[in-house]
Amino acid sequence: MSGQKKDTLLDVRNLQVYFPIRRGLMKRVVGHVHAVESVSFSVRPREVFALVGESGCGKSTTGSAILRLIEPTGGQVFFKGDDLSQLTEEEMRLKRRDMQFIFQNPYSSLNPRMNVWKLLSEPLKVHFNLSPQELRARVEDMLKLIGMTPDQLERYPHQFSGGQKQRISIARALITHPSFVVADEPVSALDVSIQAQILNLMMELQQEMELSMIFISHDLNVVRHISNSVGVMYLGSLMETGDTEEVYRHPAHPYTQALLSAVPSHDPLNKSKHIVLEGDVPNPAAPPSGCPFHTRCARCTAECKQTKPELKEIAPNHFAACHHCGQ
Amino acid sequence: MENLLEIRNLKITTLRGKNTVRLLDKVDLNVKKKCSFGVVGESGCGKSITANAILGLLPYPLRVSEGSILYDSKAGEKELLSLSKKEMREVRGQEISMIFQEPMTSLDPIFTVEMQMFEALSFHHPHMSRSEMRERSLEMLRRVNIPRPEQTLSSYAHQLSGGQLQRIMIAIALINDPRLLLADEPTTALDVTIQAQILKLMNSLKEQNDTSIIMITHDLGVIAETCEEVAVFYAGQIVEQANVVELFKNTAHPYTLGLLKAVTSLGGETRKLYTIPGIVPPGGQWSQGCRFADRCEKCMERCRKEMPALTEAAPGHLCRCFLHSGEVEA
Repeated sequence: MSGQKKDTLLDVRNLQVYFPIRRGLMKRVVGHVHAVESVSFSVRPREVFALVGESGCGKSTTGSAILRLIEPTGGQVFFKGDDLSQLTEEEMRLKRRDMQFIFQNPYSSLNPRMNVWKLLSEPLKVHFNLSPQELRARVEDMLKLIGMTPDQLERYPHQFSGGQKQRISIARALITHPSFVVADEPVSALDVSIQAQILNLMMELQQEMELSMIFISHDLNVVRHISNSVGVMYLGSLMETGDTEEVYRHPAHPYTQALLSAVPSHDPLNKSKHIVLEGDVPNPAAPPSGCPFHTRCARCTAECKQTKPELKEIAPNHFAACHHCGQ
Repeated sequence: MENLLEIRNLKITTLRGKNTVRLLDKVDLNVKKKCSFGVVGESGCGKSITANAILGLLPYPLRVSEGSILYDSKAGEKELLSLSKKEMREVRGQEISMIFQEPMTSLDPIFTVEMQMFEALSFHHPHMSRSEMRERSLEMLRRVNIPRPEQTLSSYAHQLSGGQLQRIMIAIALINDPRLLLADEPTTALDVTIQAQILKLMNSLKEQNDTSIIMITHDLGVIAETCEEVAVFYAGQIVEQANVVELFKNTAHPYTLGLLKAVTSLGGETRKLYTIPGIVPPGGQWSQGCRFADRCEKCMERCRKEMPALTEAAPGHLCRCFLHSGEVEA
């Protein structure tokens, strides 16, 4: 990626996260799980960037490492021009006013002993010095935005349905008016009819509050709907990235092609032609040499087994990491 | 008996304090022989407890309060609800078997795959020798496309991936050639590429074995890919039932229509997603009238007072809605 461009809000460069594997009495480090392997991308203001991939591909770890909820092993993350990896804990804490996280499971991410008022006023108390009146006004404004009423302030999380709980988590993340959020699978714990409600709410809020977002999901239909650009991850590496519609219409990487074809179609007469991948995702503690996908790829050649392909531009603003693309 | 399984007027209740709460209300289902039957609905609509009731696996305080489940077994017709515990054990795993949502938790972590496969075999075939059991287990593992079956037999659950575990669950479920397989969200916990593998496998096994499948899922895509006949559950009732093509092409019930719209509008032209307002009413808080009335776009006055019956909207297409009951004025 080239130097700091004016129109990027978040620039991730060669982000790396390794988890040590410890064994034995002395807890010696015997190896590393390569959770995220040199991932680079950038997010523009008001852009929704989606990270998709199967479980264990490192998409959630990437999201957490950007906010330093997990300390990255290497690489840099620039947010509004500041290198986040150089900040102290305290400076990072202050930065999080502007960068927030929405978690997957609203059933476990809300403290059951805090009512809605406490849940929503806490981030404001931590980050701002507001008078009680201002505090009240901010919380009530936010409640209105997520479609709830002030008389629900006294209630506790268990008194709400899953969809309402997720609304509260979203409100809690957005109440400090951040300019950037990471949403980690925000709808996958919800029923289909509720998913659509939450997605609509997130799109409305994103427009209204001019948010930039990293949207992490394994649901390819949801990603296509909500995001402007997308990054497809496999075994810790970005395989393909570009504008969402472009990637979905002309998937270049064999993995993206298989992933997109595996989505069940909703037409019983026109069953989708699946590319069924054989085998399983390799162990990230012992990743294969060369291209991470070569063990399951139908187009694998000798070159793929030896050298890892770099992301290269195959169409305007469409990058793929494959030796066979764009030739 | 013409059908393999006939559920009549099935009611399931639970206790909440001293009150009895209805969870499933007058469900009728017919599963034909060699058919794959889909049951679709959101969480809490009663689809999983229906499957558990078939095998007598309802946990206390849930119980079947009314109804009958007739099953055409190898040894003649059986009323599953009146079987003794011992007789039920004969049916389970031999005649009807089940695979569960979470393959990671449904295998026992402290026994090898081999021991768990042998258990399923030796329970129903006490005189089978170890070498016969081993042969049969290996054959089943090969049928579900497990690479290196010998090595897999001596593995423990934590050494295998989710896709492999679900294959093993399917192998165990089919090891005694059951005539009916209940699959409760078999691919929900798996990734899409693994889901595609498992669905392909289940389709081919159905063809080879003449096994009927009841596929329980919340994913209409999975239904469209695998099933022939579909029942849509909502708040403890069947609201629509038809052949899969008929259901997707001539959807009648507003709830099914809403579900389909909600998923197919994803990635469509419009940015705003179609939504069904409100939430599924929880068990015991059902209204007198149509249970979908509060969320329905086409709700009429009558819907709030009277419960519509499940009537034929077209030949073979059942729907629980006044709009399609044929008796409504235009």
